[in-house]
Amino acid sequence: MDPKTAQRIAFTALFLGTCLVIVPVVFVLAVIVKEGAGIINWNFLTTQPLNGMRAGGIFPAILGTLILVSGAVMISLPIGVLAAVYLNEYAGERPLTRIIRLAIINLAGVPSVVYGLFGLALFVMFLQFGVSIIAGCCTLAIMELPVIITASREALNSVPQSFREVSLSLGASRWQTIRNVVLPNALPGIMTGTILSVARVAGETAPILFTVAAFYLPHLPRSIFDQTMALPYHLYIISTQIPNMPRELTFGTALVLISMVFIMNLAAIIIRVYFRRKKLW
Amino acid sequence: MNNTQIVDESPVTLFGPIAIPGKQEPVSKTAQTCTDPEVLREKPVLEIEHFDLWYGTTQALFDVTMPIPSGKVTALIGPSGCGKSTLIRSVNRLNDLIDGVRYAGDMRLNGDTIYSPRVDVIELRKRMGMVFQKSNPFPMSIYENVIYSLRIDGENRKNVLDETVERCLKSAALWDEAKDRLDESALELSGGQQQRLCIARAIAADPEVLLMDEPCSALDPIATAKVEELIFSLRGEYTVLIVTHNMQQAARVSDFTAFMYLGRLLEYGPTKTLFVNPSLKQTEDYMTGRFG
Ligand SMILES: Nc1ncnc2c1ncn2[C@@H]1O[C@H](COP(=O)(O)OP(=O)(O)OP(=O)(O)O)[C@@H](O)[C@H]1O
Ligand SMILES: [Mg+2]
Repeated sequence: MDPKTAQRIAFTALFLGTCLVIVPVVFVLAVIVKEGAGIINWNFLTTQPLNGMRAGGIFPAILGTLILVSGAVMISLPIGVLAAVYLNEYAGERPLTRIIRLAIINLAGVPSVVYGLFGLALFVMFLQFGVSIIAGCCTLAIMELPVIITASREALNSVPQSFREVSLSLGASRWQTIRNVVLPNALPGIMTGTILSVARVAGETAPILFTVAAFYLPHLPRSIFDQTMALPYHLYIISTQIPNMPRELTFGTALVLISMVFIMNLAAIIIRVYFRRKKLW
Repeated sequence: MNNTQIVDESPVTLFGPIAIPGKQEPVSKTAQTCTDPEVLREKPVLEIEHFDLWYGTTQALFDVTMPIPSGKVTALIGPSGCGKSTLIRSVNRLNDLIDGVRYAGDMRLNGDTIYSPRVDVIELRKRMGMVFQKSNPFPMSIYENVIYSLRIDGENRKNVLDETVERCLKSAALWDEAKDRLDESALELSGGQQQRLCIARAIAADPEVLLMDEPCSALDPIATAKVEELIFSLRGEYTVLIVTHNMQQAARVSDFTAFMYLGRLLEYGPTKTLFVNPSLKQTEDYMTGRFG
């Protein structure tokens, strides 16, 4: 076969492959928007469910998810960044750090339902938090950790070694070097990774299933030891557990959830593009 | 010329012939064999003494003994891989960052030992400045770059900082080009300007010795000329130890030149003597471009 034909065939195959990736995304979006967009209005976003959840809004679920993801990130971000800084800047190459690194990679592959069971065992039962927001946040935080640590380490790694060397050569301590030079330059990468990890857990049902999520609550949570409703779990029940559910409501809920995830991903992309434009070095 | 410095067996322990405070080591036999007496007459700022260094199991520096004269520019030349960067990075202990580096022997900065477990490396580095091959200004403003070493010492008085910026940028021949854009990012400067900014940053804390590792190798001829002029003008006020691959540059900017080969200091003397009348065949071959 002459190289030009071969090239044309290869490009066509690559193009078709790319299309195959896009098609399901577009299709899913189209269906959800078509079926669910009609119900979205201010009322739907800000009021309680009514009539056995077959009518009314989904405000408690939205609020619950927002509380859960922000609580989780408040726990996972500091721990994750500290761990990443330690692993990348202090620990060096030792058998122990290699094992830790391996553990982190594997942690990212653990199925979410296993995190749920782990959260149930550790936070709900052993630490006696009960089925509560704090237990749910902790569980989600642990799920976010591998992503945050990996992204942060990559971000730290991409800070040129020469910045560290020149800072040290000017008499800065290692910590001053990290605080003044390394962390500020790694920040965009850390933020991007963090937002992506949050977006990932925001839609998870399994980890909150046993640790925090409520089927239905007549009131909003009053403390971190209360249960709360949450979007993914709410979506799960209204689409499987409740007979005669209006289709529109299910798809409307899905649309809200997907939009939240998309907005977060979009924010991550914008941050990345913005800092790449500014071209830090 | 024999190679006694290679087989010299002076007892060298880890952090070896240092320690005895107050007692100055007599100028060693090895230093005399390869070092021109004219160097030894100078008052040294930095004394490198019987220094060996290993990367893991491979030895990169062999018994280097080398006094660096005060207020002078000393050039370090030699073929690629001979250990010039290793030596210059040993002076401010940047090699500590590399896993598996071991050393023996000592260096002294104005009499204070550099290699001893008790040494406060951070305090030590504050007394030196370093300029790297690739210019590496921080992604901060020009102003903040210059005063980095003051900031980490907690200096916040505006007038002190302003004065430092002006003094250092003037010393680095960058003041006229930069004075109206001190708050702009340092990364908007040209390559040559960035390197001069790095020099300004390195002299902000009044270093006792300024280390430069091929500071011009990434610059075009015009920028190189400027930086060379600057280095030339720093002599007297600062002590400079500069690594260079460029023979003409060594000849232009330095008072003394040291020739290194395979981890050893082979010849060290006044630049003029070394260039006009090298005493070793290797030195002559290298300088005339027959190898290296
Ligand atoms: N981090 C390191 N780990 C192991 N070996 C190293 C390391 N850095 C340098 N070396 C080795 O030490 C020797 C001296 O290297 P060095 O960088 O000091 O040479 P150089 O004289 O500066 O060369 P150049 O002129 O090319 O910059 C070389 O053989 C090099 O391979
Ligand atoms: Mg080098």
